Amino acid sequence: MKPAILDPQGKAVLQAARQLGYEEVVSVRIGKLIELEVNGNDRDELKGRIEELSRKLLSNPLMETFEIEWNRDPDD
Amino acid sequence: MVFPGSNCDHDAVDVLQRIYGQRVREVWHRDDRLDGLDGLILPGGFSYGDYLRAGAIARFSPVMRNITGFAARGGLLLGICNGFQILTETGLLPGALMRNIGLRFICRVVHLRVERTDTPFTSRYRQGQVIRIPIAHNEGNYYLPGEQLEELEAARQVVFRYCDSDGAVTAGANPNGSVNNIAGIVNREGNVLGMMPHPERRCDPLLGDPDGAPLFHSMIDFLTGG
Repeated sequence: MKPAILDPQGKAVLQAARQLGYEEVVSVRIGKLIELEVNGNDRDELKGRIEELSRKLLSNPLMETFEIEWNRDPDD
Repeated sequence: MVFPGSNCDHDAVDVLQRIYGQRVREVWHRDDRLDGLDGLILPGGFSYGDYLRAGAIARFSPVMRNITGFAARGGLLLGICNGFQILTETGLLPGALMRNIGLRFICRVVHLRVERTDTPFTSRYRQGQVIRIPIAHNEGNYYLPGEQLEELEAARQVVFRYCDSDGAVTAGANPNGSVNNIAGIVNREGNVLGMMPHPERRCDPLLGDPDGAPLFHSMIDFLTGG
């Protein structure tokens, strides 16, 4: 979720964590992890397309930000 | 409009057919023809199970292509609950519906204040009228960032607000944390309305004061030139 947006889930988890004694935790924000397996040869083209997919479908840019992590194919 | 997971379509069909005697066609999401239709309702439910985000996948259904064109040509488009979520995901209405601030699914009757009566959906209400309509949702928290919210309000796009029984718009009357207690909005052109509450559940007097009936009556007035 974008930083400016109130995250009630995160807040609820924060309260629970502190109640458990983890006072060092001052903020919790909850997001999603989406794993994609993609096929393709042109890495740059793939990056562009997956970013586009992330903006169009996987996230709602009004509320959410996203980060893409690329892992190497084990056969690489 | 029926998507996999829609479950409030029958109520809307029943209201239009039985109470208002209108001809209704159920459009399955894979149909992409909307010819002959004057008005469209995107009903409540859980299209695609609310997977990813409510309305996020329905937005890309084959039929949605033509719905954008339908709206652009001035057709009347009403999105109720999940329908409202689909409309915001599509961008036909601004904003987004997020998880209720209390994190719980809320199912109860709320009071709404009618903010505008000069739309095809609200002409049969009185300005400032307080009505009772049920809500049933987990993601009804309407959000729009500050500047866009100011523009929305300045353009009078808010049609319904959560209020108390006296019509006061208070935090206590806000069931889900929506900014400015917004329960329903219209686009700038006034032909697309999205609302979280379910007016189709309050049209039959057997179920309580039919406070939802004027909404459908207004739409029919508009479409029949009445």
